[in-house]
Amino acid sequence: MTRKDPSGGLLVSPIKNGTVIDHITAGEALNVLRILGITGSTRECLSIATNVESKRMGKKDIVKIENRELRTEEVDRIALLAPQAKINIIRDYKVVEKKGVEIPEVIRGVVRCPNPGCITNTNEPVASTFEVLDKGLHCLYCDWLIKDDIANHII
Amino acid sequence: MYHIISIRDFERSELDYLLDRAQEFDTGTYRPGMLDDKLVALLFFEPSTRTRMSFATAMARLGGKSISVDSVEASSIVKGETLADTIRVISSYVDAIVLRHPKEGAARLASEFATVPVINAGDGAGQHPSQTLLDLYTIRQSMPVDGIDVGLLGDLRYGRTAHSLALALSLYGVTLHTIAPGGLEMPANIALELRERGMEVVEHENVEEAIRELDVLYVTRIQRERFPDSASYYNVASSYRITTDLLDGVKERLMILHPLPRAGEIDPAVDRTPYARYFEQARNGVPIRMALLHEVMK
Repeated sequence: MTRKDPSGGLLVSPIKNGTVIDHITAGEALNVLRILGITGSTRECLSIATNVESKRMGKKDIVKIENRELRTEEVDRIALLAPQAKINIIRDYKVVEKKGVEIPEVIRGVVRCPNPGCITNTNEPVASTFEVLDKGLHCLYCDWLIKDDIANHII
Repeated sequence: MYHIISIRDFERSELDYLLDRAQEFDTGTYRPGMLDDKLVALLFFEPSTRTRMSFATAMARLGGKSISVDSVEASSIVKGETLADTIRVISSYVDAIVLRHPKEGAARLASEFATVPVINAGDGAGQHPSQTLLDLYTIRQSMPVDGIDVGLLGDLRYGRTAHSLALALSLYGVTLHTIAPGGLEMPANIALELRERGMEVVEHENVEEAIRELDVLYVTRIQRERFPDSASYYNVASSYRITTDLLDGVKERLMILHPLPRAGEIDPAVDRTPYARYFEQARNGVPIRMALLHEVMK
């Protein structure tokens, strides 16, 4: 879906309806999809461009999801991996909404607690719950702190 | 509804209030039979002697009754029932639940499903707030907690009582001295949290280096299962053993505390010195738990 035009610029085919996530930190596109719960077995029609040249970021990733408009809580999860990402909601080829991502205060059911002794890693009917702090993600059940490599803990 | 889950949930004024209430119960200035129409469930899914018996004693002293589950084997957990379901059902029988569970965060989860107050009596390697309160209470019986020097000795990596106590002491301007064998040091994120709370944390290589500065030495059990073999366990354990020889030149008001049970960390000869206060500390479990039970059910 992404190709160079003869003049050396970058052309990305437009989508009719859906969401374009632009300015994703280079290399994080696949993790962004994981955090949105989009895997090979889901039905969305996707276009992914990685390590695309960007004036502002040097390199960036772009993800386009056809026929699905992301909800705010989904969008904000992306901030954990790509705080500079920009979300464009597309209807009939036009950008009808453009917004940044905001780091949520609490995330539920997105990241698994790495502590094997945590009650959220059992068959109990609760979702993992983390508060988002400057120093990392703090498990509200067992107080574990995930300091880095959040992508590795995405459920 | 008032749950007691983690020492992190408390402001200093709330801790002081509970300690004051415990003192009233301790000195007998309370009306007997205050909880005579109340029933508490003691759900202990992990072994415990002191905590379970002191909660039962506290409830009986207040005129209330308790029912208990003493092991996982004797409960529907073996049939695959979730803790959430157990708590929902037991909530409909009693006025409060005291829970000990092997998983960290179990009490937090229980408080979300309970329709009565939940008191955390220890959740795995996590929190044990009633122990911390009785530790603070024991210190406060001898000296004001503000600005003292407290040493934590032993397993500071897995020892939940040490973490909880350190967090509580950070509200009192205490200087914390940590003394732990290699590999059992306080986790970096807890030390960071303490420093963020404004606490001065000083790390020491051995107890001799720190003991003369201390007002309180809090000793915790070094757990044998943390070591690859018994030789390395004995090697470490013997170098962290408190003996009467170590006590030369310590402050007169030094108090040695231990959450018990002990496994050789403190030489029995130390029991006869005026510094040994761990049995008094264990006794204080009753007035503290009376204060907690009364507070959540009054």
